[in-house]
Amino acid sequence: MNPTDLALRLWPPAASATAVETDWLILAFTVLTLLLTVPVFVAITWFAIRYRQGEPADRSHGTIRSVLIEISWMLIPFLLTLIFFVWGARLFFISKQAPGDAMVIEAIGRQWMWKFQHPTGQSEINDLHLPIGQPIKIRMISQDVIHNLYFPVFRMQMATLPDRYTEMWFKPDRTGTYRLYCSEYCGTDHSRMDGTLTLMTQADYAAWLQNAGAQQGGQAGAGRAIYESYACGTCHDPGAKVRAPSLAGLYGREVRLADGRIVTADEAYLRDKILNPNRQKLAADYKQVMPAFRNVIPTDDLDRLVAYLKSGRATAQQEASP
Amino acid sequence: MTSGTITDGPALRDPHTPDSRIGHGPDYLHAEHTLRSWFFTTDHKRIALLYLASITAFFVIGAVTAGLVRLALVVPDGQVFTNDTYNKLFTIHGVVMVWFFLIPSIPATFGNFLIPLMIGARDLAFPKLNLASWYVFMTGAFFTLVSVVLGGVDTGWTFYTPLSTAFSNTWVVPALIGVTIVGFSSILTGLNFVVTIHTMRAPGMTWFRLPIFVWTHYATSLIFLLATPVITVALVLLIAERAFHIGVFDPAYGGDPVLFQHLFWFYSHPAVYIMVLPGMGVISEIVPAFAQKKLFGYRFVAYAAIGLASVTFFVWGHHMFVNGQSDLASVAFSVLSFAVAVPSAVKVYNWTATIHKGSLKLDTPMLYAMGYIGLFVLGGLTGLYLATLAINQHVHATYFVVAHFHYIMVGGTVLAFLGGLHFWWPKFTGRMYIEAWGRISAVLIFIGFNVTFFPQFILGYLGMPRRYHVYPAEFQFLNILSSAGSTILAVGYIFPMIYLVYAIWFGKRAPANPWDARGLEWTVASPPPAHNFLTEPQAPKVPYDYPIQARETGRQHS
Repeated sequence: MNPTDLALRLWPPAASATAVETDWLILAFTVLTLLLTVPVFVAITWFAIRYRQGEPADRSHGTIRSVLIEISWMLIPFLLTLIFFVWGARLFFISKQAPGDAMVIEAIGRQWMWKFQHPTGQSEINDLHLPIGQPIKIRMISQDVIHNLYFPVFRMQMATLPDRYTEMWFKPDRTGTYRLYCSEYCGTDHSRMDGTLTLMTQADYAAWLQNAGAQQGGQAGAGRAIYESYACGTCHDPGAKVRAPSLAGLYGREVRLADGRIVTADEAYLRDKILNPNRQKLAADYKQVMPAFRNVIPTDDLDRLVAYLKSGRATAQQEASP
Repeated sequence: MTSGTITDGPALRDPHTPDSRIGHGPDYLHAEHTLRSWFFTTDHKRIALLYLASITAFFVIGAVTAGLVRLALVVPDGQVFTNDTYNKLFTIHGVVMVWFFLIPSIPATFGNFLIPLMIGARDLAFPKLNLASWYVFMTGAFFTLVSVVLGGVDTGWTFYTPLSTAFSNTWVVPALIGVTIVGFSSILTGLNFVVTIHTMRAPGMTWFRLPIFVWTHYATSLIFLLATPVITVALVLLIAERAFHIGVFDPAYGGDPVLFQHLFWFYSHPAVYIMVLPGMGVISEIVPAFAQKKLFGYRFVAYAAIGLASVTFFVWGHHMFVNGQSDLASVAFSVLSFAVAVPSAVKVYNWTATIHKGSLKLDTPMLYAMGYIGLFVLGGLTGLYLATLAINQHVHATYFVVAHFHYIMVGGTVLAFLGGLHFWWPKFTGRMYIEAWGRISAVLIFIGFNVTFFPQFILGYLGMPRRYHVYPAEFQFLNILSSAGSTILAVGYIFPMIYLVYAIWFGKRAPANPWDARGLEWTVASPPPAHNFLTEPQAPKVPYDYPIQARETGRQHS
């Protein structure tokens, strides 16, 4: 499905309250810009005509209170523009604080495609289907270079970094098909790293999910398969031959490290331990034997694996295994 | 710092140059004729011309690649080039235009030629260092051209890592070496200007008798000295990262890619003012000369230059609102960026007030200056749009940004460069160009520029990302309009290259002061004698001592 192509369009469609307010912000700012610039343009043109050399014109100058003039044309435009700083900052902060009930979509950028994963496990490449009337939070990470996920229809974009998660949220309020892009230059096919955003009613979205074939168990369920395919259990399952800490119920617990520090096993800790285990992060009473999985495990698999470790199921299934 | 006394009243000095100042010996162009006398010269005027020839060559490279980019964007499906070729074209355009044209453009040519003349000095403080800076510049240029000849670079002029260090398969290292080296030529030039302005002013040439051109070059030199080392360090680290995986920026080796962006913009934002401030200096000379009126608010305009050079060091983060820096940092950088508008507005309003009740001649330099003011105002205010956090979230990295910085850099710097080139061409060469051609090309450039870049504001707001070779079909109309405009712009650029060069041999001989302008550079012959002043120059008691003057009250006259 392609977004409606128009030969010439002068204003982009908006599909969230933030987008509409951003439009008002820029329109109001443009009114101020015109108020500040049109007099200058008119004055320059008028003076150029009126005071051309040879034109009879009054060129006498009275005394001018220049300091007063200078101060006023420094401060008045500045204070007027500050209104827009405040308005813009306020809107920015609103768009940074996702409501707690936001539906989380995981996004992965890589040269040169987007991969989106719905909470129920379905994933799509480059295209994204979302319900309206529901806050959506996108958590994203890059597998290689820096990308930037951009939805013009929400007037919103955020960098997708290779070393940490970034987030953005919005609440779509209008159905339709729109464009999404990578807006940070990322190499050869940067301009092909775009896709279609389809905003649907809740019912249509539910039907779409059904159609797309929900994978059993979602992210965490998929993570179980990853756990097995990388044979994590060879060391970490209870009763394994190599002695390694049990992962059952690990998430959120405090862990004592070999150097005496106490850290919380949060998501960053889990990711870091998988990608780059080393002595600094070694749990107390264990030897450093785990291999590094950096550049071994693809980022989307890592996400699923971490989701599995976070889920309650991890404990149950692990303890059920022989 | 000494402070000059500025008195009221009309000009007391005879506006016509005393004959005793006009040289009788050979001028600097004819003092010697050998190739050696050019390539080993320590005369600031000849070095300025070496720079002028070099940056003109780079401007041609930059302009041709820009033309090819616009050609590619006539069609939305990327049929003209491969994606790789397109990416290399815009990278060469950016690298060459920023580091090999815009940054050296006005300082290394006009600054080099005019600062000693304007302050009444025989040369710059370190003539050999000045020549060395040109050789350093050409060495950097050599490495960058090598990377182009070998096959090009595709990272964009911003060299963001990890794309540039771990993923690009192009000739990144030679290009980085070239840009690193060229930074040293900036530092040498900046150092030379600062020392010259401090120590070599003629008797009576106090700070507040200096032309604004000298003030803005002083401010620019401070940025050269303080900001350039940071990009040097960042680029050396980038080279080491690519060659040896040292792990400063690449997360695969424990680095932080956003750190590079901080270092890069810590230089590259102030670099915008390296490009803009000298242009403001040029406009501040042209406007009073063609209005025959004293520059309005001289001290405010001078302070504004120093203000801009200072505040510009605290706004780099506005390039990174959506790149993963903290929200608090973003708010701080946003408000500081609004503050930059204050000294910029001071300049624009003072130029406008200078024109008020002047006696205007709309010759070529003045047409460029008026075009400059209009385009700079638009470029500056759209910069405030970008500094507004919520708007930036939408238009960051779109064509809105492309339009904005071209209004500043082409509408600003290039128009000021061309205006200055026409203003001082008689002084540089001793010949007059054909005025009608000058006016035609100034108007063509103004029209061509707006047709090229105004549609890009709309494209950006519609959401077209920059650096896109393949783009959605609904953007085609505006892209065709933009490309059509660039052909008008190209014609406007080609004309001066022909008639200015033609004037060197066939132009009418120029008098010492063809514009009836003030300033010490107009008191020497055109072209100036090899050693500038035959008698000790006398600084005028009042800067911009034109026949028409507004009586300004307040602290200006304390």
